[in-house]
Amino acid sequence: MSRFIWMRLLQAIPVLLAVITFTFFLIRFAPGGPFDQEKAVIPEVKRALEAQYHLDQPLLVQYGTYLKDLAHGDLGPSFKYPGRSVNELIASGLPATMELGLYALLIAVVLGMAAGLMAALYPNTWRDYLPMSAAMTGICMPMLLLGPLLVLVFGIWLEWVPVSGWGDVPGDKILPSLTLGSAYAAYVARLTRGGVLEVMSQDYIRTARAKGLPERVVIFKHALRGGLIPVVAYLGPAFAGLLSGSFVVETVFQIPGLGRFFVQAAFNRDYTMILGTTTFLAALIIIFNLLSDVLAAWLNPRVRGALEGKA
Amino acid sequence: MSATVEDVARYERGTSLWQDAWVRLKRNRLAVIGGITLIVIGLLCVVGPWFIHYGYEQQDLVLGPAPPSAAHWLGTDPFGRDLLVRILYGGRVSLMVGFIATAVALLIGVTWGATAGYIGGRLDAVMMRIVDILYALPFMIFVVLLTVVFGRSMVLLFLAIGAVEWLTMARIIRGQVQALRQQEFVEAAISLGLSRAAIIARHVIPNALGPLIVYTTLTIPSVMLLEAFISFLGLGVQPPASSWGSLISDGVETMEEYPWLLIFPGIVLSVTLFALNFLGDGLRDALDVRSSRD
Repeated sequence: MSRFIWMRLLQAIPVLLAVITFTFFLIRFAPGGPFDQEKAVIPEVKRALEAQYHLDQPLLVQYGTYLKDLAHGDLGPSFKYPGRSVNELIASGLPATMELGLYALLIAVVLGMAAGLMAALYPNTWRDYLPMSAAMTGICMPMLLLGPLLVLVFGIWLEWVPVSGWGDVPGDKILPSLTLGSAYAAYVARLTRGGVLEVMSQDYIRTARAKGLPERVVIFKHALRGGLIPVVAYLGPAFAGLLSGSFVVETVFQIPGLGRFFVQAAFNRDYTMILGTTTFLAALIIIFNLLSDVLAAWLNPRVRGALEGKA
Repeated sequence: MSATVEDVARYERGTSLWQDAWVRLKRNRLAVIGGITLIVIGLLCVVGPWFIHYGYEQQDLVLGPAPPSAAHWLGTDPFGRDLLVRILYGGRVSLMVGFIATAVALLIGVTWGATAGYIGGRLDAVMMRIVDILYALPFMIFVVLLTVVFGRSMVLLFLAIGAVEWLTMARIIRGQVQALRQQEFVEAAISLGLSRAAIIARHVIPNALGPLIVYTTLTIPSVMLLEAFISFLGLGVQPPASSWGSLISDGVETMEEYPWLLIFPGIVLSVTLFALNFLGDGLRDALDVRSSRD
């Protein structure tokens, strides 16, 4: 098992390096630099600024310097926020994004599994159709529409919850989390339904029932565990989706998180900030994919046995 | 079950896989409704603007934002532009992005997957490893970066989206091709001395069409979502042109005062996505493809 984890971690290094290299050279080819503003900057000032951030050096030298600093955990200074480092900016945006992602994931798992379980236990009845149509709606309704609609109905018309912000007024975290979580809740519901339906026809469920176990134990201890595997395997990719979804949700609800920083950095041509956030997010996604694979393997006795045998 | 005379006759006339699938698809009510909805929306977007005597960028600043009325069925935006025309024009853009970007994804994915699957061996291992690696990357970041780098050109937007959506396509095709490679008719083709490219194009890909069609219908909505997302962030289609994503984005800014500007484009986008998903699910059942998605 630990060998499997180490192998995957080792493989992550070239992937991350490829992401950094690709992004580094890509943004340099983007039209417009970080110091091209609406009003023209005096050429001397621009040159001085570029010299200060070593933008006057050959590209390969800049690339080398960047990698060297990165190895020390230094993502460089931000171009648009003078005097602040990218590390500081990421650290300031991370808590909001993580909290948002965590709540959304919680909503997705709890709501999705409950709905999927109900649908699987009563297949082809209204208790199946109702949650599954809701799931279809959740999948088809894009976040960029659901978010504003929720704001319009519950924030503006009914005035039940605040319309924007994060942690300023009580209750302002409800709508963003719900918006981000809903699509994933829908996928989780479908996966749970499929997984549990498949498990329910297995021999070991019949055995469990034959032993005289109460239905509650059969469902929650045996069926749900089998149905959990596809859900857990999905959580890794879902996390990547949650991060990109946070771009939209953070924009809609004006949450000062990583997603919003990244979008603004892309607009501003803030080279170091773009690179820093991209590298950071890519690393996060790789780690979460690994975690979800390990967890899924651990839940599945057959895979677990194979992995332990190899180690 | 014994074969009757009619059965044999039917077999001699031959019900192809496609006829079978067509019959099954027609029986799926949701898929049929989805298909018809799509055709109607597509036709409206193509033909509709010719019958409305407002241009999509034609302003009426005196009128300003007006709720739906007899003159403007879906109301007007703050510049007095007719919302219906803007939705129809935006639909052309959104649907075009959906289809063209999917075609790009299809082209890359099929070429990649078929090559890896057919040639196999070390090349296959390397090519699929690349796909695995790309899978782990944050796509949205790259689409945003690509649109920033390539400017706001629509053609490049298609390419950028297509370039990140081909991975699953490549995986599906590779699996299909690997299975097909073992079949006798491919061996026969090899013994006839056909070139590899000819065998892939003439014998292997046509036989992998079912999963290809299904996955294509399911890729279109996700591509359209991506376009809406990019336009929503202000990176995609630029004013005065519109797409459903940019209309929703504009609608959000004024939703408190003029909610119809958010609600109508939202309904059209959602209905289209619904229809595409139902049609895709229906096709999957009709062509009996086990999806890798759920």
